[in-house]
Amino acid sequence: MSSSLDSYLVLSGLLFAIGTFGFLARRNAISMLMSIELMLNAVNLTIVAFGAFIPTLNVQASVIALMVIAVAAAEATVGLAIVMAIYRNKKTPLVDEYDAMKD
Amino acid sequence: MPIGMTIPFTAIRWDDILFVALAALVVGSGLLVVTMRDIIRCGLAMILCFASLAGIYVLLGNPLVAATQVLVYIGAISILVLFAIMLTQTKNAPTRLVFQTQAWAAALAAIAIAVFISVAVTATTWPSAGAVAWTDTTKLAQTLFNQNVLPFEAVSVLLTAAVIGGVLLARREPASAEEDRP
Repeated sequence: MSSSLDSYLVLSGLLFAIGTFGFLARRNAISMLMSIELMLNAVNLTIVAFGAFIPTLNVQASVIALMVIAVAAAEATVGLAIVMAIYRNKKTPLVDEYDAMKD
Repeated sequence: MPIGMTIPFTAIRWDDILFVALAALVVGSGLLVVTMRDIIRCGLAMILCFASLAGIYVLLGNPLVAATQVLVYIGAISILVLFAIMLTQTKNAPTRLVFQTQAWAAALAAIAIAVFISVAVTATTWPSAGAVAWTDTTKLAQTLFNQNVLPFEAVSVLLTAAVIGGVLLARREPASAEEDRP
């Protein structure tokens, strides 16, 4: 089981679906950011799995995975800073109460 | 004493057992992240999910990415998320409604994605997929710092910009700026 590419890809698909559900269903902005991190991890798992199983992609896949991790760190910093800035103004972390751009 | 490739007295390989255990941990803690009511526990479950993913990277023969996963995701991003949770959590937050009212539609969409990806993956035969190959860290470093040095430097500039942007966004505005506002 651990020696077939399919099982890793199915695992990453499951993790991506879980992240999608969390992003769409949760009300808390930080929960949504955590779900985005789950989705990024799922994609990273796909890249590393392809790199491990396909010899010509071996090294390049790791390079891409490292880049994705670095960009995810940058994304988390900016995203959480935006949540903090909104929280300071609206006093709530719940996204469905952010309606300043509605009217 | 070296242990064999299989569990003694059975034909089950250690790799398979490890993969099943780690995959169950990844999926289980991932589900906990998106379903638990108390958001600080969601953050702790997220750390567990990242840690078991690092184990999967080791199974895939990629120790450097596994180490980076532990350092960056568990060491930096999770701590950042936990800090943000502690700064924004109100006392009555866990008892209030956690999900949007259309959560069932989101669940349907997620199940559809999971089913489609699983079917597509299992229906495809990957022509050049061989056995798991151990990633040579020396070769990886040479590729990263010779061939890909420009993207590497671009990422460092991006990280600097993100740090400065994060500080600017999260900074409390000084009192004089409030009066200058129209």
